[in-house]
Amino acid sequence: MGRGVLPPHARRLMLLLRPMGFSTSAPVASTREPLHVCVVGSGPAGFYTAEKMLKGHEGAQVDIIDRLPTPFGLVRSGVAPDHPETKIVVNQFSRVAANARCSFFGNVTLGSDVSLSELRKTYDVVVLAYGAESDRSFGIPGEGLRGIHSAREFVWWYNGHPDMCNLAPDLKNTDSAVVLGQGNVALDVARILLRCTTELASTDIAGYALDALHSSTIRKVFLVGRRGPAQAACTAKELREILGLKNVHVCIKEADLVTSPADKEEMRNSRIKRRVYELLSKAATVHQEKSNDDRKELHFVFFRKPTRFLPSEDGTTVGAVELEKTLLKDDGVTGKQVAVGTGEFEDLKCGLVLKSIGYKSLPIEGLPFDKYRGVVPNLRGRILSNESETATVEPGLYVVGWLKRGPTGIVATNLHCAEETVASILEDEKKGVLVASSDSKRQGRKGLLEILEQKNTRYVPFHDWEKIDSKEKTSGQLKNKPREKITAWDELLKVAKEG
Amino acid sequence: MLSRISRLGVQAASRARLGQNPATSRNQKEAIGSCINYVGNHTLCSATDATASDRSEQQEAKISVTFVDKDGDEKLINVPIGMSMLEAAHENDIELEGACEGSLACSTCHVIVTDVDYYNKLEDPEDEENDMLDLAFGLTETSRLGCQVIASPELDGIRLALPAATRNFAVDGHVPKPH
Repeated sequence: MGRGVLPPHARRLMLLLRPMGFSTSAPVASTREPLHVCVVGSGPAGFYTAEKMLKGHEGAQVDIIDRLPTPFGLVRSGVAPDHPETKIVVNQFSRVAANARCSFFGNVTLGSDVSLSELRKTYDVVVLAYGAESDRSFGIPGEGLRGIHSAREFVWWYNGHPDMCNLAPDLKNTDSAVVLGQGNVALDVARILLRCTTELASTDIAGYALDALHSSTIRKVFLVGRRGPAQAACTAKELREILGLKNVHVCIKEADLVTSPADKEEMRNSRIKRRVYELLSKAATVHQEKSNDDRKELHFVFFRKPTRFLPSEDGTTVGAVELEKTLLKDDGVTGKQVAVGTGEFEDLKCGLVLKSIGYKSLPIEGLPFDKYRGVVPNLRGRILSNESETATVEPGLYVVGWLKRGPTGIVATNLHCAEETVASILEDEKKGVLVASSDSKRQGRKGLLEILEQKNTRYVPFHDWEKIDSKEKTSGQLKNKPREKITAWDELLKVAKEG
Repeated sequence: MLSRISRLGVQAASRARLGQNPATSRNQKEAIGSCINYVGNHTLCSATDATASDRSEQQEAKISVTFVDKDGDEKLINVPIGMSMLEAAHENDIELEGACEGSLACSTCHVIVTDVDYYNKLEDPEDEENDMLDLAFGLTETSRLGCQVIASPELDGIRLALPAATRNFAVDGHVPKPH
């Protein structure tokens, strides 16, 4: 299944990776003045930032806070259950958390448990790495009908995120699901809907999701994009995987594969697009015999944009998506091709719609925010007071990851993003920008602990997450899964406390 | 193999015992030194009846590899035949990331083979490696994943550069931004 099959000469090396030069044992007396750093968010952006900070400054004391009791952000709640190799990076992050100069504080929410201004008074450096926990929406009629979910919600649901464990999407009212969008997240949700549940049974998928998928009546999944195969946002690995799913008949119209000179130019400039297009072309020309009626269907629908969601007979659940045919036109500014409606419409019947058109970050009180781009205005990670040209830099306040760049990229993209932000921090530290204006030094971890005690916050330190981790793995062993995720808030906190 | 070394050792030791003359001791040091060098450069094998071909294999048991980091600093290391460049980098404290620990699920161990002749000696990447290279930061025409480049005799002397943020080597100018 999926990534489990490696070419013969590839070595699957379980390396004993060394901690790259810093100690994980007893506290080392630092020769430098402590630099108190707080990272908000414990996904890849947060952890890579912590790692680079610890390496870049001998006196750095890094605290990572996260509103969930469990660390690792989307590596735990976003990466698909059938992509376990992508999750291996948590080993590296765990080594960072084990560093004597690093502490994890789970179940601590920025805003309610500690405010941004409190953090700025307590730490020399505050780095916001809290990602994007909301969604772009279409803003078209019918979007509120039952059966329409964002892909983020669906992904959080099957990955056992405690905020979505009660989503209960109805997978039994229909044989057709429509996924709007053709990026890797769209492919993930389509693949999870189509994959044999016997294969999913040995992954870390949430137990309730496996049950729901087992009794699902969905047989057809439509991946709908407003532009063509040369613009599809997915990448080769994921596409190759979904095209190779056993017992799934793939339908791609050859007419959709015709490319314009502009398409050819786009592909000439992009290795990724070229390889994606080649895969789609090959899949369209493979004439598969429709002999096995038990096979599910995956349809790639190009040049269609949704204009309305239509209700089914019950009036409250979605029954179809109205799609408008599109043409590509040069946008006249950036040279990008944009989809323009042609006035021709058709309805696509379905009982489940998953919108996969992008995540969106949430603004917080006291933080400058660019509502249009959905990011915090910044210059190489240094947060700016606003998006205008006259903006000033906010001393000691930084941003990294999706909150800085927008919700795109892979796990590794955050590595380079973190390097850039940490370089800015170290530059500023050398210049003396981070020194507190008043005589009293900032308290760092000690200060945070005082604030949390005052608020009576039951924070979860890393070794308490390890109790959750251990229990999940043990429960998983009984079911031949790498782990059986604990998905309810109260149970997570209970296990963190008691083990 | 072991018997040959022990013979050398005995010779060196017996030479060491003879006289305290500075000239002689220089020779002794050389003798001992060359014995130690021999041992140091060749993996000791446990087979006591080593054949001639085994001995020549042992002489090629390691290749030299130069890593060039983001700032242009170079480090020359010896890598045993059969070891991947990722593993070799980690054994020598070279800062090559390996998020997925060699399972072809990331592009963080991306290295640039600076010499196209060496690049051509490598077997073509499989689809899975190419899929990961698609997403690599600073991709070039001679880029490979470090976990897939395995030390072999014809790669002796290879130079591998780590991609730098300042280098604008992207093949297609397009910055990859998928999820």
